[in-house]
Amino acid sequence: MVHPWAWWCWAIGTGLAVSGTTNPLLLLLIALAVIIVVVVRRTDAPWARSMRAYLLLSLFVIGMRVLFQILIGAGIGETVLFSLPEIPLPDWMAGIRLGGDVTAEGLMYTIYDALRLAVMLLCIGAANALANPRQALRSVPAALYEASVAVVIALSVAPQLIESAQRVRKARRLRGDRTQGLQALGTLVMPVLADAIDRSMALAAGMESRGFARTSGLPVAGTLPVMLCSVMAALLGAFLLLSTSFAEAALVILGLGIAGTTWGLRRAGSRLKVTHYRPHPWTWRATGVAVSGLLVAAVVFALGWFEATYDSVHPSTDPLVWPELTAPMLLAVAFCLAPLPLTIQPKFRATASVRTDTRVRAVRSGVSA
Amino acid sequence: MIEFEDVTLSYPRAGRPTLRGVSLQLPEGDLCLVIGGTGTGKSTLLGAVNGLVPHFTGGELSGRVTVAGRDTAHHQPRDLADVVGYVGQDPLRGFVTDTVEDEIAYGMEQLGIVPVAMRKRVEETLDLMGIAELRNRPLVELSGGQQQRVAIAAVLAAQPRVLVLDEPTSALDPTAAQDVLSAITTLVHEVGLTVVLAEHRLERVMHAADSMIWLPGDGTARHGAPAVLLGEATVTPPLAALARTLGWSTVPLSVRQARRRVEVETVVIEPPPAPDIDEGAVALSARHVEVRFGPITAVRDVSLDLRRGMVTAILGRNGAGKSSLLWALQGALSSAGEIDVDGRDPRRAPASEARRLVTLVPQTAADLLYLSSVAAECAQADAESHAEPGTTAVLLARLGVDLPGDRDPRDLSEGQRLALVLAIQLAAGAPVLLLDEPTRGLDYASKGQLHEILDGLAADGTAVVLSTHDVEFAALASRRLLLMADGEVIADGTTRDLLASSPAYAPQMAKVFAPLPVLTPLDVQRGLR
Repeated sequence: MVHPWAWWCWAIGTGLAVSGTTNPLLLLLIALAVIIVVVVRRTDAPWARSMRAYLLLSLFVIGMRVLFQILIGAGIGETVLFSLPEIPLPDWMAGIRLGGDVTAEGLMYTIYDALRLAVMLLCIGAANALANPRQALRSVPAALYEASVAVVIALSVAPQLIESAQRVRKARRLRGDRTQGLQALGTLVMPVLADAIDRSMALAAGMESRGFARTSGLPVAGTLPVMLCSVMAALLGAFLLLSTSFAEAALVILGLGIAGTTWGLRRAGSRLKVTHYRPHPWTWRATGVAVSGLLVAAVVFALGWFEATYDSVHPSTDPLVWPELTAPMLLAVAFCLAPLPLTIQPKFRATASVRTDTRVRAVRSGVSA
Repeated sequence: MIEFEDVTLSYPRAGRPTLRGVSLQLPEGDLCLVIGGTGTGKSTLLGAVNGLVPHFTGGELSGRVTVAGRDTAHHQPRDLADVVGYVGQDPLRGFVTDTVEDEIAYGMEQLGIVPVAMRKRVEETLDLMGIAELRNRPLVELSGGQQQRVAIAAVLAAQPRVLVLDEPTSALDPTAAQDVLSAITTLVHEVGLTVVLAEHRLERVMHAADSMIWLPGDGTARHGAPAVLLGEATVTPPLAALARTLGWSTVPLSVRQARRRVEVETVVIEPPPAPDIDEGAVALSARHVEVRFGPITAVRDVSLDLRRGMVTAILGRNGAGKSSLLWALQGALSSAGEIDVDGRDPRRAPASEARRLVTLVPQTAADLLYLSSVAAECAQADAESHAEPGTTAVLLARLGVDLPGDRDPRDLSEGQRLALVLAIQLAAGAPVLLLDEPTRGLDYASKGQLHEILDGLAADGTAVVLSTHDVEFAALASRRLLLMADGEVIADGTTRDLLASSPAYAPQMAKVFAPLPVLTPLDVQRGLR
């Protein structure tokens, strides 16, 4: 088992890399690599089956984008593939075109762009399939504990809302209810929300009676104001650093803010005596998986940074050129596949027993054969 | 161990206090059963033990509740988590994590127990509750009985000294309920836990109880020996009803005790006449009905005729296909095969017309209600059924439930809500009425009322089908019985024959008077004459 955050790091890195390119060949190869890693390394837990849904969503995204490009896309380029009858629109809708010529350039541009979004979705799907978000949230620092619990509750309420909406709709049809549209939504919302609140209350009661948020000792006076001031200082520092030229002052304010926030979080967290059952150890394999994701991003961004290689990650669509695949790109794909060898189970090395009694037993039970 | 000193609890805007002047002491190692009708304050009493009442629910508590020497007024429920384990009514709703093992560890994580000790305790708890093979399973995929045992294991892991359980078996089929109860009795006898347990279906648990708290409904509580208290309580499980019929002053707590006493006192009763289940016109005829969900076959090749004037019960394990069959017969679920009601197929009719052929009251009946008053719901039902204005209100009155029109449906008790939904669904005047698990959450009085309602409907010529886990109710209310297993109807016959001969589903009276086919205390009463 690799630490869940390692998988998230790998997926986020890959997603970042994807955001930095529109080369369809590279995008397809990365998508393929991500899918291969998921298929080989996922477990049989329920959340591991989510990849299919993300794959369908990605295809849907591409389909929608292409459809809209064909219907209302602006005609860039000259290579007309086919023409749709153009529907004249009133003057005040100038700039919008319905139907008309569909060009290869416009279509390819859309496909490249949609592909980028689709592969990013796949990366999120991969992280979900390989590491349950709840598992990942288990290993956050104690001070962020309550925030992570809120996320956990939200995560469990969302699917329950869908489930109870379906149940109520099904039941409503038994009543011969024929209200449609907004009115039907109105009658649906109340029982579903009431149900969601009931569930959340039951969950909260369960957590409360099992000792959630047990604290020891009194809160340290002044923690809250210090936290507030430090967070504000950190924000101000970041703002000054990014948008003005007072770099030194900004760095000092930012540093003070971060230090204050860290102190406050540690202070607040120390009152909680929460321990973790079977915590996931962070191994060198986890480091490897996490770094491989970051390396994918690094390679792709480096390619985009240098002028000589910029065109290879952003192939031109007007004029239309055949995208090329270069050696550094293959390196990025290789990094994306790196978790596969990194997460191979270590070999089991057994020392053969030479004692006669065990050998006799083994022979008797037919194991040695 | 648990001490109530003159405890009075009132919720704001409630007319009278829910608990009034309750004083009682529960010694360590007792299994104490809390009994009473719906709305008499059972859940409130249980919640008061670990401080959820009033810290979490609100309300005003006077007097003192102490558990293991800790006063709940000064301790939040979370601070009592190491002393009191609390399992609510629906365990699935109280689960915090995804998998069995994590759920068991959760409570200990909150208490800050060191990981090494935690590891050991999780293993011990898994073994104690007999759920070691479930350890990596996701919680949502477990059956009801397994979920209940996991929920108990999850609070046990924190090693509390008191276990509080609110209706632990109400959603379970008889066999699963047995599993849960044997786990609980093990905890009392082997581990020495003090257990406080509320339950509607007393026949399942009363034999294991050391003491009993009866809440008559006026806010007071009486604590005493089960055999004595049951003789007086208005809550009457079959054995208590038997004791009353035969004029016994103490109630036998188990079938064995009752059987011996019947033998000693040589009680002779006439066996009831065999009922006829082939009379009446066929209202619904189904042939080779099959329901599939993806690769799973939920209902397999079911053929049956439902006759007017007959109440039919369907029994079977959780997941045996009872609900799917009912939904398929209503036409709300796609199915293969033929369904015929008065020459029409409810699957092909639009929803508003299908309910005039077959009407279904689903398991969570409250899903059907969405308006803010009883009167508004009734008016809406009249409109939906194209019935004369006032039809539903008249039906509701005829069901024997008197509801003021301005009450909010969400504030009704389970029994009243069921009656309202029943009236709404009956307004369409369908010849076939299907009820999915109607007795869930009903006390004996409401069940008696439901029995009368169903009898009345059958007398008017409706074909009634109900699916249930409640063997005693099936024995009381139905004449015909279908047993389902694995999507198939494995037995179809008179309730009397099938229940009296079944080892798993025999009602208590059948066990007491075996081999006579006596099913209910009512049969005993009639047989005595």
